[in-house]
Amino acid sequence: MTSSGFWSKLETVAAWMLGILWAMPLLYAIWAAFHPPAYAVNFDLTAPVTLANFWEAWHTAPFARYFINTILYTTMTTALQFVLCTLAAYSFACYDWKGKDLVFSLILVQLMVMPDQLLVVNYQTMSALQLVDTIPAISLPYIASAFGVFLLRQNFKQVPLALAEAARIEGAGPLRILLKIYVPLSKSVYLAYGLVSISWHWNNFLWPLVITNSATTRPLTVGLAIFGSPENGVNFAVVSAGTLMSVAPLLIAFLLFQRQFVQSFMRAGIK
Amino acid sequence: MNPKIARHVYGWLLFSPAAIFFILFTHYPIVRSCVLSFFSNPRGSKPPRFVGLSNYDYLIHDPIFWQALKNNLIYAFGTIPITISLAIVMAVWVNRRMPGRAFVRAAYFTPTILPMIAIANIWLFFYTPGVGLFDSILNALGYPGRNWLGNPDTALLCLMVIAIWKDAGFFMIFYLAALQGIPQDVVEAGKIEGAGRWYFFRRVTFPLLMPTTVFVVFNALINTFRIVDHIFILTKGGPDNATQLLLYYLFQNAFEFWDTAYAATLTVVIMVILMTLALTQFKVLERRTHYQ
Repeated sequence: MTSSGFWSKLETVAAWMLGILWAMPLLYAIWAAFHPPAYAVNFDLTAPVTLANFWEAWHTAPFARYFINTILYTTMTTALQFVLCTLAAYSFACYDWKGKDLVFSLILVQLMVMPDQLLVVNYQTMSALQLVDTIPAISLPYIASAFGVFLLRQNFKQVPLALAEAARIEGAGPLRILLKIYVPLSKSVYLAYGLVSISWHWNNFLWPLVITNSATTRPLTVGLAIFGSPENGVNFAVVSAGTLMSVAPLLIAFLLFQRQFVQSFMRAGIK
Repeated sequence: MNPKIARHVYGWLLFSPAAIFFILFTHYPIVRSCVLSFFSNPRGSKPPRFVGLSNYDYLIHDPIFWQALKNNLIYAFGTIPITISLAIVMAVWVNRRMPGRAFVRAAYFTPTILPMIAIANIWLFFYTPGVGLFDSILNALGYPGRNWLGNPDTALLCLMVIAIWKDAGFFMIFYLAALQGIPQDVVEAGKIEGAGRWYFFRRVTFPLLMPTTVFVVFNALINTFRIVDHIFILTKGGPDNATQLLLYYLFQNAFEFWDTAYAATLTVVIMVILMTLALTQFKVLERRTHYQ
Protein backbone atom coordinates (compact mmCIF):
# COMPACT_ATOMS: atom_id res chain seq x y z
CA MET A 1 0.00 0.00 0.00
CA THR A 2 2.77 2.40 0.96
CA SER A 3 4.69 1.53 -2.17
CA SER A 4 1.72 2.21 -4.45
CA GLY A 5 1.19 5.46 -2.57
CA PHE A 6 4.79 6.35 -3.25
CA TRP A 7 4.56 5.55 -6.95
CA SER A 8 1.33 7.44 -7.23
CA LYS A 9 2.95 10.52 -5.68
CA LEU A 10 5.92 10.16 -7.99
CA GLU A 11 3.59 10.07 -10.99
CA THR A 12 1.85 13.20 -9.81
CA VAL A 13 5.18 14.96 -9.49
CA ALA A 14 6.21 13.79 -12.97
CA ALA A 15 2.88 14.94 -14.44
CA TRP A 16 3.43 18.33 -12.84
CA MET A 17 6.98 18.64 -14.11
CA LEU A 18 5.90 17.86 -17.64
CA GLY A 19 3.04 20.34 -17.27
CA ILE A 20 5.41 23.06 -16.16
CA LEU A 21 7.80 22.23 -19.00
CA TRP A 22 4.88 22.40 -21.46
CA ALA A 23 3.68 25.73 -20.09
CA MET A 24 7.17 27.24 -20.10
CA PRO A 25 7.31 28.71 -23.61
CA LEU A 26 4.05 30.57 -23.12
CA LEU A 27 4.87 31.65 -19.57
CA TYR A 28 8.21 32.79 -20.85
CA ALA A 29 6.61 34.89 -23.58
CA ILE A 30 4.37 36.44 -20.93
CA TRP A 31 7.43 37.24 -18.81
CA ALA A 32 9.21 38.87 -21.74
CA ALA A 33 6.16 40.85 -22.84
CA PHE A 34 5.56 42.41 -19.41
CA HIS A 35 9.16 43.39 -18.63
CA PRO A 36 11.62 45.81 -20.22
CA PRO A 37 13.70 44.21 -23.02
CA ALA A 38 16.79 44.12 -20.79
CA TYR A 39 15.11 41.43 -18.68
CA ALA A 40 14.34 39.08 -21.58
CA VAL A 41 16.85 36.48 -20.37
CA ASN A 42 17.43 37.90 -16.93
CA PHE A 43 14.87 36.40 -14.56
CA ASP A 44 14.99 38.96 -11.82
CA LEU A 45 11.78 38.79 -9.81
CA THR A 46 12.20 42.44 -8.83
CA ALA A 47 12.23 43.51 -12.48
CA PRO A 48 9.78 46.33 -13.13
CA VAL A 49 6.50 45.31 -14.77
CA THR A 50 5.61 47.40 -17.81
CA LEU A 51 3.05 47.67 -20.59
CA ALA A 52 5.44 49.59 -22.83
CA ASN A 53 6.06 46.58 -25.06
CA PHE A 54 2.35 46.27 -25.80
CA TRP A 55 2.12 49.97 -26.50
CA GLU A 56 5.07 49.78 -28.86
CA ALA A 57 3.78 46.69 -30.66
CA TRP A 58 0.34 48.22 -31.09
CA HIS A 59 1.87 51.32 -32.66
CA THR A 60 4.54 49.62 -34.77
CA ALA A 61 2.11 47.52 -36.81
CA PRO A 62 -1.57 48.09 -37.66
CA PHE A 63 -2.78 45.50 -35.15
CA ALA A 64 -6.20 47.09 -34.82
CA ARG A 65 -6.73 46.60 -38.53
CA TYR A 66 -5.40 43.03 -38.38
CA PHE A 67 -7.86 42.26 -35.58
CA ILE A 68 -10.77 43.60 -37.57
CA ASN A 69 -9.67 41.61 -40.62
CA THR A 70 -9.33 38.38 -38.65
CA ILE A 71 -12.70 38.88 -36.99
CA LEU A 72 -14.37 39.62 -40.33
CA TYR A 73 -12.74 36.67 -42.07
CA THR A 74 -13.41 34.22 -39.24
CA THR A 75 -17.02 35.30 -38.72
CA MET A 76 -17.80 35.34 -42.41
CA THR A 77 -16.29 31.90 -42.95
CA THR A 78 -18.02 30.27 -40.00
CA ALA A 79 -21.38 31.88 -40.74
CA LEU A 80 -21.34 30.88 -44.41
CA GLN A 81 -20.15 27.39 -43.49
CA PHE A 82 -23.12 27.04 -41.16
CA VAL A 83 -25.57 28.04 -43.88
CA LEU A 84 -24.11 26.04 -46.78
CA CYS A 85 -23.25 22.94 -44.77
CA THR A 86 -26.62 22.90 -43.02
CA LEU A 87 -28.50 23.00 -46.31
CA ALA A 88 -26.26 20.39 -47.90
CA ALA A 89 -26.34 18.10 -44.85
CA TYR A 90 -30.15 18.37 -44.75
CA SER A 91 -30.28 17.38 -48.39
CA PHE A 92 -28.00 14.37 -47.84
CA ALA A 93 -29.70 13.24 -44.65
CA CYS A 94 -33.36 13.68 -45.55
CA TYR A 95 -33.79 13.71 -49.33
CA ASP A 96 -33.33 11.06 -51.95
CA TRP A 97 -32.08 12.28 -55.25
CA LYS A 98 -30.36 10.82 -58.24
CA GLY A 99 -26.59 10.49 -57.84
CA LYS A 100 -26.63 11.34 -54.15
CA ASP A 101 -24.18 8.64 -53.07
CA LEU A 102 -21.70 9.43 -55.82
CA VAL A 103 -21.85 13.15 -55.05
CA PHE A 104 -21.37 12.48 -51.36
CA SER A 105 -18.23 10.44 -51.97
CA LEU A 106 -16.93 13.20 -54.25
CA ILE A 107 -17.40 15.66 -51.42
CA LEU A 108 -15.43 13.46 -49.06
CA VAL A 109 -12.41 13.93 -51.34
CA GLN A 110 -12.05 17.29 -49.60
CA LEU A 111 -11.29 15.50 -46.33
CA MET A 112 -8.08 14.35 -47.99
CA VAL A 113 -7.13 17.28 -50.20
CA MET A 114 -8.06 20.62 -48.70
CA PRO A 115 -8.08 24.05 -50.37
CA ASP A 116 -4.75 24.73 -48.59
CA GLN A 117 -2.93 22.38 -50.91
CA LEU A 118 -4.69 23.75 -53.97
CA LEU A 119 -3.51 27.30 -53.60
CA VAL A 120 -1.91 27.55 -57.04
CA VAL A 121 -5.18 27.15 -58.93
CA ASN A 122 -7.29 28.86 -56.26
CA TYR A 123 -5.06 31.91 -56.58
CA GLN A 124 -5.64 31.92 -60.35
CA THR A 125 -9.38 31.62 -59.78
CA MET A 126 -9.36 34.55 -57.38
CA SER A 127 -7.37 36.58 -59.89
CA ALA A 128 -9.89 35.80 -62.58
CA LEU A 129 -12.71 36.84 -60.24
CA GLN A 130 -10.72 39.98 -59.38
CA LEU A 131 -10.91 39.16 -55.70
CA VAL A 132 -7.19 39.04 -54.86
CA ASP A 133 -6.45 41.01 -51.69
CA THR A 134 -10.03 41.05 -50.42
CA ILE A 135 -11.46 39.46 -47.30
CA PRO A 136 -14.04 37.35 -49.17
CA ALA A 137 -11.15 35.81 -51.10
CA ILE A 138 -9.63 34.50 -47.87
CA SER A 139 -12.96 33.02 -46.88
CA LEU A 140 -14.58 31.60 -50.01
CA PRO A 141 -12.44 28.47 -50.55
CA TYR A 142 -13.45 27.20 -47.12
CA ILE A 143 -17.17 27.85 -46.96
CA ALA A 144 -18.20 24.57 -48.56
CA SER A 145 -16.67 22.26 -45.99
CA ALA A 146 -16.82 18.50 -46.39
CA PHE A 147 -16.11 18.16 -42.72
CA GLY A 148 -19.09 20.36 -41.83
CA VAL A 149 -21.45 18.54 -44.17
CA PHE A 150 -20.30 15.19 -42.84
CA LEU A 151 -20.63 16.19 -39.19
CA LEU A 152 -24.10 17.73 -39.57
CA ARG A 153 -25.40 14.94 -41.77
CA GLN A 154 -24.45 12.37 -39.11
CA ASN A 155 -26.40 14.36 -36.59
CA PHE A 156 -29.45 15.06 -38.75
CA LYS A 157 -29.73 11.35 -39.46
CA GLN A 158 -30.26 10.68 -35.77
CA VAL A 159 -33.26 13.00 -35.56
CA PRO A 160 -36.40 10.80 -35.39
CA LEU A 161 -38.26 10.87 -38.70
CA ALA A 162 -41.59 10.98 -36.86
CA LEU A 163 -40.84 14.54 -35.73
CA ALA A 164 -40.34 15.75 -39.28
CA GLU A 165 -43.38 13.77 -40.42
CA ALA A 166 -45.58 15.37 -37.76
CA ALA A 167 -44.44 18.82 -38.79
CA ARG A 168 -45.12 18.03 -42.44
CA ILE A 169 -48.64 16.93 -41.64
CA GLU A 170 -49.18 20.24 -39.89
CA GLY A 171 -48.23 21.88 -43.16
CA ALA A 172 -44.64 22.94 -42.50
CA GLY A 173 -42.45 23.31 -45.60
CA PRO A 174 -38.94 21.82 -45.96
CA LEU A 175 -37.09 24.91 -44.73
CA ARG A 176 -39.41 25.35 -41.78
CA ILE A 177 -38.85 21.72 -40.77
CA LEU A 178 -35.11 22.28 -41.02
CA LEU A 179 -35.15 25.42 -38.91
CA LYS A 180 -37.71 24.29 -36.32
CA ILE A 181 -36.65 20.69 -35.84
CA TYR A 182 -33.26 19.69 -37.22
CA VAL A 183 -31.25 22.79 -36.34
CA PRO A 184 -32.47 23.17 -32.72
CA LEU A 185 -31.85 19.48 -32.05
CA SER A 186 -28.26 19.81 -33.24
CA LYS A 187 -27.18 22.74 -31.08
CA SER A 188 -24.26 20.91 -29.52
CA VAL A 189 -22.88 19.93 -32.91
CA TYR A 190 -23.07 23.52 -34.08
CA LEU A 191 -21.21 24.60 -30.96
CA ALA A 192 -18.48 22.01 -31.53
CA TYR A 193 -18.19 22.78 -35.22
CA GLY A 194 -18.24 26.54 -34.56
CA LEU A 195 -15.45 26.38 -31.98
CA VAL A 196 -13.26 24.21 -34.19
CA SER A 197 -13.90 26.35 -37.24
CA ILE A 198 -13.25 29.64 -35.43
CA SER A 199 -10.00 28.46 -33.89
CA TRP A 200 -8.90 26.92 -37.17
CA HIS A 201 -9.50 30.08 -39.16
CA TRP A 202 -8.21 32.43 -36.47
CA ASN A 203 -4.92 30.51 -36.75
CA ASN A 204 -4.94 29.94 -40.51
CA PHE A 205 -1.87 31.27 -42.27
CA LEU A 206 -0.80 29.94 -45.66
CA TRP A 207 -3.80 30.80 -47.83
CA PRO A 208 -4.29 34.25 -46.22
CA LEU A 209 -0.57 34.92 -46.80
CA VAL A 210 -0.91 34.07 -50.47
CA ILE A 211 -4.13 35.90 -51.20
CA THR A 212 -3.59 39.15 -49.27
CA ASN A 213 -0.96 41.77 -49.95
CA SER A 214 -1.94 44.84 -47.98
CA ALA A 215 -2.60 45.79 -44.39
CA THR A 216 -6.25 46.44 -45.18
CA THR A 217 -6.97 42.73 -45.69
CA ARG A 218 -4.19 40.90 -43.85
CA PRO A 219 -5.36 38.82 -40.88
CA LEU A 220 -3.46 38.65 -37.57
CA THR A 221 -1.39 35.58 -38.41
CA VAL A 222 0.01 37.13 -41.57
CA GLY A 223 0.53 40.49 -39.89
CA LEU A 224 2.26 38.75 -37.02
CA ALA A 225 4.58 36.88 -39.37
CA ILE A 226 5.70 40.15 -40.94
CA PHE A 227 5.97 41.83 -37.56
CA GLY A 228 8.03 39.04 -36.02
CA SER A 229 10.35 38.30 -38.93
CA PRO A 230 13.99 38.87 -37.97
CA GLU A 231 14.56 41.22 -40.93
CA ASN A 232 12.20 43.58 -39.19
CA GLY A 233 14.58 43.96 -36.26
CA VAL A 234 11.88 44.39 -33.62
CA ASN A 235 13.18 43.21 -30.25
CA PHE A 236 11.88 40.07 -28.62
CA ALA A 237 9.97 41.78 -25.81
CA VAL A 238 7.89 43.68 -28.35
CA VAL A 239 7.42 40.62 -30.57
CA SER A 240 6.19 38.70 -27.51
CA ALA A 241 3.76 41.47 -26.70
CA GLY A 242 2.42 41.48 -30.27
CA THR A 243 2.18 37.71 -30.27
CA LEU A 244 0.31 37.61 -26.96
CA MET A 245 -2.11 40.30 -28.12
CA SER A 246 -2.92 38.25 -31.22
CA VAL A 247 -3.55 35.01 -29.39
CA ALA A 248 -5.22 36.57 -26.34
CA PRO A 249 -8.88 36.34 -27.46
CA LEU A 250 -8.63 32.68 -28.37
CA LEU A 251 -6.45 31.83 -25.39
CA ILE A 252 -8.79 33.50 -22.91
CA ALA A 253 -11.81 31.90 -24.52
CA PHE A 254 -10.07 28.55 -24.26
CA LEU A 255 -9.16 28.95 -20.61
CA LEU A 256 -12.73 29.96 -19.78
CA PHE A 257 -14.45 27.26 -21.82
CA GLN A 258 -11.83 24.54 -21.64
CA ARG A 259 -14.27 21.69 -21.44
CA GLN A 260 -16.25 22.80 -24.51
CA PHE A 261 -13.05 23.32 -26.49
CA VAL A 262 -11.59 19.95 -25.64
CA GLN A 263 -14.86 18.16 -26.31
CA SER A 264 -15.31 19.98 -29.61
CA PHE A 265 -11.84 19.10 -30.82
CA MET A 266 -12.41 15.52 -29.76
CA ARG A 267 -15.72 15.32 -31.52
CA ALA A 268 -14.33 16.97 -34.63
CA GLY A 269 -11.34 14.66 -34.73
CA ILE A 270 -13.16 11.41 -34.22
CA LYS A 271 -15.84 12.25 -36.79
CA MET B 1 -45.76 18.88 -59.32
CA ASN B 2 -45.41 15.18 -58.70
CA PRO B 3 -44.27 14.87 -55.04
CA LYS B 4 -41.56 12.37 -55.93
CA ILE B 5 -40.00 14.68 -58.48
CA ALA B 6 -40.45 17.55 -56.05
CA ARG B 7 -38.27 15.73 -53.52
CA HIS B 8 -35.51 15.28 -56.12
CA VAL B 9 -35.70 18.95 -56.98
CA TYR B 10 -35.63 20.00 -53.31
CA GLY B 11 -32.68 17.72 -52.67
CA TRP B 12 -30.70 19.31 -55.48
CA LEU B 13 -31.75 22.84 -54.59
CA LEU B 14 -30.66 22.44 -50.97
CA PHE B 15 -27.31 21.07 -52.02
CA SER B 16 -26.64 23.49 -54.88
CA PRO B 17 -25.20 26.48 -52.94
CA ALA B 18 -22.56 24.25 -51.35
CA ALA B 19 -22.06 22.42 -54.65
CA ILE B 20 -20.98 25.61 -56.42
CA PHE B 21 -18.23 26.22 -53.89
CA PHE B 22 -17.16 22.59 -53.69
CA ILE B 23 -16.69 22.51 -57.44
CA LEU B 24 -15.05 25.91 -57.70
CA PHE B 25 -12.49 25.55 -54.91
CA THR B 26 -11.94 21.82 -54.50
CA HIS B 27 -12.79 19.76 -57.56
CA TYR B 28 -11.96 22.20 -60.30
CA PRO B 29 -8.51 22.97 -58.78
CA ILE B 30 -7.78 19.25 -58.41
CA VAL B 31 -8.48 18.65 -62.09
CA ARG B 32 -6.86 21.89 -63.17
CA SER B 33 -3.64 21.12 -61.24
CA CYS B 34 -3.37 17.81 -63.07
CA VAL B 35 -3.90 19.54 -66.42
CA LEU B 36 -1.39 22.32 -65.67
CA SER B 37 1.23 19.75 -64.74
CA PHE B 38 1.28 18.62 -68.40
CA PHE B 39 1.83 22.13 -69.76
CA SER B 40 4.69 24.60 -69.85
CA ASN B 41 4.53 28.06 -68.30
CA PRO B 42 3.28 30.86 -70.54
CA ARG B 43 6.19 33.01 -71.73
CA GLY B 44 5.26 36.60 -72.44
CA SER B 45 2.51 36.44 -75.02
CA LYS B 46 3.17 32.79 -75.85
CA PRO B 47 0.46 30.58 -74.37
CA PRO B 48 1.34 27.44 -72.39
CA ARG B 49 1.99 24.44 -74.60
CA PHE B 50 1.54 20.74 -73.95
CA VAL B 51 4.81 19.21 -72.78
CA GLY B 52 3.70 15.71 -71.80
CA LEU B 53 5.54 14.34 -68.80
CA SER B 54 8.47 16.73 -68.96
CA ASN B 55 7.51 18.50 -65.70
CA TYR B 56 7.49 15.10 -64.01
CA ASP B 57 10.80 14.29 -65.63
CA TYR B 58 12.18 17.50 -64.17
CA LEU B 59 10.69 16.55 -60.80
CA ILE B 60 12.39 13.17 -60.55
CA HIS B 61 15.71 14.80 -61.42
CA ASP B 62 15.23 17.68 -59.00
CA PRO B 63 17.48 17.14 -55.96
CA ILE B 64 15.53 19.72 -53.93
CA PHE B 65 12.31 17.77 -54.42
CA TRP B 66 13.96 14.62 -53.08
CA GLN B 67 15.50 16.57 -50.23
CA ALA B 68 12.07 17.97 -49.34
CA LEU B 69 10.47 14.53 -49.48
CA LYS B 70 13.26 13.10 -47.35
CA ASN B 71 12.90 15.93 -44.85
CA ASN B 72 9.17 15.31 -44.71
CA LEU B 73 9.78 11.67 -43.87
CA ILE B 74 12.45 12.45 -41.26
CA TYR B 75 10.12 15.06 -39.79
CA ALA B 76 7.23 12.59 -39.68
CA PHE B 77 9.08 9.55 -38.38
CA GLY B 78 11.17 11.59 -35.99
CA THR B 79 8.24 13.31 -34.35
CA ILE B 80 5.31 10.88 -34.48
CA PRO B 81 6.61 8.10 -32.16
CA ILE B 82 7.67 10.65 -29.54
CA THR B 83 4.48 12.69 -29.84
CA ILE B 84 2.35 9.57 -29.47
CA SER B 85 4.30 8.22 -26.50
CA LEU B 86 3.99 11.59 -24.80
CA ALA B 87 0.31 11.82 -25.67
CA ILE B 88 -0.37 8.43 -24.09
CA VAL B 89 1.63 9.27 -20.96
CA MET B 90 -0.16 12.62 -20.65
CA ALA B 91 -3.56 10.97 -21.09
CA VAL B 92 -2.82 8.32 -18.47
CA TRP B 93 -1.65 11.00 -16.07
CA VAL B 94 -4.53 13.41 -16.39
CA ASN B 95 -6.99 10.52 -16.35
CA ARG B 96 -6.18 9.83 -12.69
CA ARG B 97 -7.15 11.84 -9.65
CA MET B 98 -4.42 14.19 -8.56
CA PRO B 99 -4.06 17.69 -7.15
CA GLY B 100 -3.94 20.38 -9.83
CA ARG B 101 -5.22 18.12 -12.57
CA ALA B 102 -7.01 20.99 -14.33
CA PHE B 103 -3.81 23.04 -14.55
CA VAL B 104 -1.77 20.12 -15.87
CA ARG B 105 -4.36 19.26 -18.50
CA ALA B 106 -4.60 22.87 -19.63
CA ALA B 107 -0.80 23.11 -19.82
CA TYR B 108 -0.62 20.05 -22.06
CA PHE B 109 -3.42 21.20 -24.34
CA THR B 110 -2.75 24.94 -24.66
CA PRO B 111 -0.06 24.74 -27.40
CA THR B 112 -2.70 23.15 -29.62
CA ILE B 113 -4.88 26.22 -29.80
CA LEU B 114 -2.05 28.68 -30.47
CA PRO B 115 -1.37 29.56 -34.11
CA MET B 116 1.84 28.08 -35.48
CA ILE B 117 3.01 31.61 -36.35
CA ALA B 118 2.77 32.76 -32.74
CA ILE B 119 4.57 29.63 -31.59
CA ALA B 120 7.32 30.18 -34.16
CA ASN B 121 7.77 33.78 -32.99
CA ILE B 122 8.30 32.61 -29.43
CA TRP B 123 10.59 29.71 -30.29
CA LEU B 124 12.60 31.83 -32.71
CA PHE B 125 13.92 33.69 -29.72
CA PHE B 126 14.79 30.47 -27.90
CA TYR B 127 16.94 29.44 -30.85
CA THR B 128 18.56 32.83 -31.51
CA PRO B 129 22.34 32.41 -31.42
CA GLY B 130 24.19 34.26 -28.66
CA VAL B 131 21.36 36.09 -26.93
CA GLY B 132 18.56 33.51 -27.23
CA LEU B 133 17.25 31.52 -24.28
CA PHE B 134 18.98 28.24 -25.13
CA ASP B 135 22.33 29.89 -25.71
CA SER B 136 21.96 31.98 -22.57
CA ILE B 137 21.37 28.82 -20.55
CA LEU B 138 24.30 27.03 -22.23
CA ASN B 139 26.58 30.03 -21.66
CA ALA B 140 25.56 30.25 -18.01
CA LEU B 141 26.52 26.59 -17.64
CA GLY B 142 29.86 27.27 -19.29
CA TYR B 143 29.14 25.75 -22.71
CA PRO B 144 29.47 27.59 -26.01
CA GLY B 145 26.23 28.43 -27.83
CA ARG B 146 25.47 27.36 -31.36
CA ASN B 147 23.54 28.63 -34.35
CA TRP B 148 20.60 26.28 -33.91
CA LEU B 149 18.57 27.28 -36.96
CA GLY B 150 21.51 28.32 -39.11
CA ASN B 151 23.18 24.94 -38.99
CA PRO B 152 21.89 22.28 -41.43
CA ASP B 153 22.56 19.59 -38.82
CA THR B 154 20.24 21.04 -36.19
CA ALA B 155 17.70 23.16 -38.09
CA LEU B 156 15.23 20.39 -38.91
CA LEU B 157 15.58 19.03 -35.40
CA CYS B 158 14.59 22.45 -34.01
CA LEU B 159 11.40 22.37 -36.06
CA MET B 160 10.65 18.84 -34.91
CA VAL B 161 10.91 19.83 -31.24
CA ILE B 162 8.29 22.51 -31.84
CA ALA B 163 5.99 20.03 -33.61
CA ILE B 164 6.22 17.61 -30.69
CA TRP B 165 5.46 20.36 -28.21
CA LYS B 166 2.45 21.56 -30.20
CA ASP B 167 0.88 18.20 -31.09
CA ALA B 168 1.33 16.00 -28.01
CA GLY B 169 -1.51 17.73 -26.14
CA PHE B 170 -3.80 17.52 -29.15
CA PHE B 171 -3.37 13.78 -29.50
CA MET B 172 -3.68 13.42 -25.74
CA ILE B 173 -7.39 14.25 -25.89
CA PHE B 174 -8.09 11.33 -28.22
CA TYR B 175 -6.28 8.95 -25.90
CA LEU B 176 -8.11 10.47 -22.95
CA ALA B 177 -11.42 9.77 -24.65
CA ALA B 178 -10.32 6.21 -25.42
CA LEU B 179 -9.14 5.61 -21.84
CA GLN B 180 -12.45 6.81 -20.49
CA GLY B 181 -14.15 4.40 -22.87
CA ILE B 182 -12.42 1.35 -21.37
CA PRO B 183 -15.06 -0.55 -19.39
CA GLN B 184 -14.64 -0.23 -15.64
CA ASP B 185 -15.08 -3.99 -15.09
CA VAL B 186 -11.97 -4.68 -17.18
CA VAL B 187 -10.00 -2.36 -14.92
CA GLU B 188 -11.50 -3.98 -11.81
CA ALA B 189 -10.73 -7.47 -13.13
CA GLY B 190 -7.12 -6.43 -13.64
CA LYS B 191 -6.93 -5.20 -10.05
CA ILE B 192 -8.40 -8.40 -8.62
CA GLU B 193 -5.97 -10.48 -10.69
CA GLY B 194 -3.25 -8.40 -9.08
CA ALA B 195 -1.85 -7.20 -12.38
CA GLY B 196 0.85 -4.57 -11.96
CA ARG B 197 0.20 -1.17 -13.44
CA TRP B 198 2.77 -1.52 -16.20
CA TYR B 199 1.75 -5.11 -17.01
CA PHE B 200 -1.89 -4.10 -17.14
CA PHE B 201 -1.06 -1.17 -19.42
CA ARG B 202 1.00 -3.31 -21.77
CA ARG B 203 -1.40 -6.23 -22.00
CA VAL B 204 -4.79 -4.57 -21.68
CA THR B 205 -4.81 -0.79 -22.03
CA PHE B 206 -2.38 -0.40 -24.92
CA PRO B 207 -4.09 -2.98 -27.19
CA LEU B 208 -7.44 -1.33 -26.43
CA LEU B 209 -5.97 2.01 -27.51
CA MET B 210 -4.88 0.59 -30.86
CA PRO B 211 -7.69 2.09 -32.99
CA THR B 212 -6.87 5.50 -31.49
CA THR B 213 -3.22 4.98 -32.31
CA VAL B 214 -4.03 4.14 -35.93
CA PHE B 215 -6.17 7.27 -36.17
CA VAL B 216 -3.52 9.45 -34.57
CA VAL B 217 -0.62 8.07 -36.63
CA PHE B 218 -2.37 8.78 -39.92
CA ASN B 219 -3.52 12.21 -38.83
CA ALA B 220 -0.04 13.09 -37.71
CA LEU B 221 1.40 11.83 -41.00
CA ILE B 222 -1.08 13.84 -43.03
CA ASN B 223 -0.37 16.93 -40.93
CA THR B 224 3.33 16.83 -41.75
CA PHE B 225 2.36 17.37 -45.39
CA ARG B 226 -0.08 20.12 -44.49
CA ILE B 227 1.55 22.37 -41.92
CA VAL B 228 4.54 24.49 -42.88
CA ASP B 229 3.65 27.83 -41.25
CA HIS B 230 6.58 27.81 -38.82
CA ILE B 231 9.07 27.44 -41.68
CA PHE B 232 8.12 30.91 -42.92
CA ILE B 233 9.30 32.43 -39.65
CA LEU B 234 12.12 30.17 -38.59
CA THR B 235 14.14 29.02 -41.60
CA LYS B 236 12.42 29.69 -44.94
CA GLY B 237 13.42 26.18 -45.97
CA GLY B 238 17.11 26.80 -45.32
CA PRO B 239 19.90 26.58 -44.55
CA ASP B 240 20.78 24.88 -47.82
CA ASN B 241 17.29 23.30 -48.02
CA ALA B 242 17.85 21.48 -44.73
CA THR B 243 14.29 22.33 -43.62
CA GLN B 244 12.64 22.26 -47.03
CA LEU B 245 9.26 20.49 -46.80
CA LEU B 246 7.10 19.64 -49.81
CA LEU B 247 4.32 22.15 -49.21
CA TYR B 248 6.81 24.93 -48.55
CA TYR B 249 8.66 24.03 -51.74
CA LEU B 250 5.33 24.16 -53.56
CA PHE B 251 4.71 27.63 -52.15
CA GLN B 252 8.17 28.83 -53.20
CA ASN B 253 7.74 27.59 -56.73
CA ALA B 254 4.29 29.10 -57.05
CA PHE B 255 4.76 32.48 -55.41
CA GLU B 256 8.49 33.20 -55.30
CA PHE B 257 9.74 31.68 -58.56
CA TRP B 258 6.35 32.00 -60.28
CA ASP B 259 6.86 28.59 -61.87
CA THR B 260 3.19 27.64 -62.01
CA ALA B 261 3.67 24.51 -64.08
CA TYR B 262 6.14 23.02 -61.63
CA ALA B 263 4.06 24.13 -58.65
CA ALA B 264 1.08 22.32 -60.20
CA THR B 265 3.23 19.21 -60.61
CA LEU B 266 4.16 19.38 -56.93
CA THR B 267 0.48 19.86 -56.07
CA VAL B 268 -0.30 16.60 -57.87
CA VAL B 269 2.44 14.80 -55.95
CA ILE B 270 1.13 16.09 -52.61
CA MET B 271 -2.43 15.15 -53.56
CA VAL B 272 -1.33 11.61 -54.43
CA ILE B 273 0.49 11.30 -51.11
CA LEU B 274 -2.46 12.62 -49.09
CA MET B 275 -4.99 10.42 -50.89
CA THR B 276 -2.79 7.34 -50.50
CA LEU B 277 -2.45 8.00 -46.79
CA ALA B 278 -6.18 8.56 -46.33
CA LEU B 279 -7.15 5.46 -48.27
CA THR B 280 -4.58 3.34 -46.42
CA GLN B 281 -6.00 4.58 -43.13
CA PHE B 282 -9.47 3.67 -44.30
CA LYS B 283 -8.33 0.15 -45.28
CA VAL B 284 -6.49 -0.40 -42.00
CA LEU B 285 -9.46 0.72 -39.91
CA GLU B 286 -11.82 -1.38 -41.99
CA ARG B 287 -9.70 -4.48 -41.47
CA ARG B 288 -9.54 -3.87 -37.75
CA THR B 289 -13.30 -3.61 -37.39
CA HIS B 290 -13.63 -7.01 -39.10
CA TYR B 291 -11.58 -8.62 -36.38
CA GLN B 292 -13.51 -7.20 -33.49
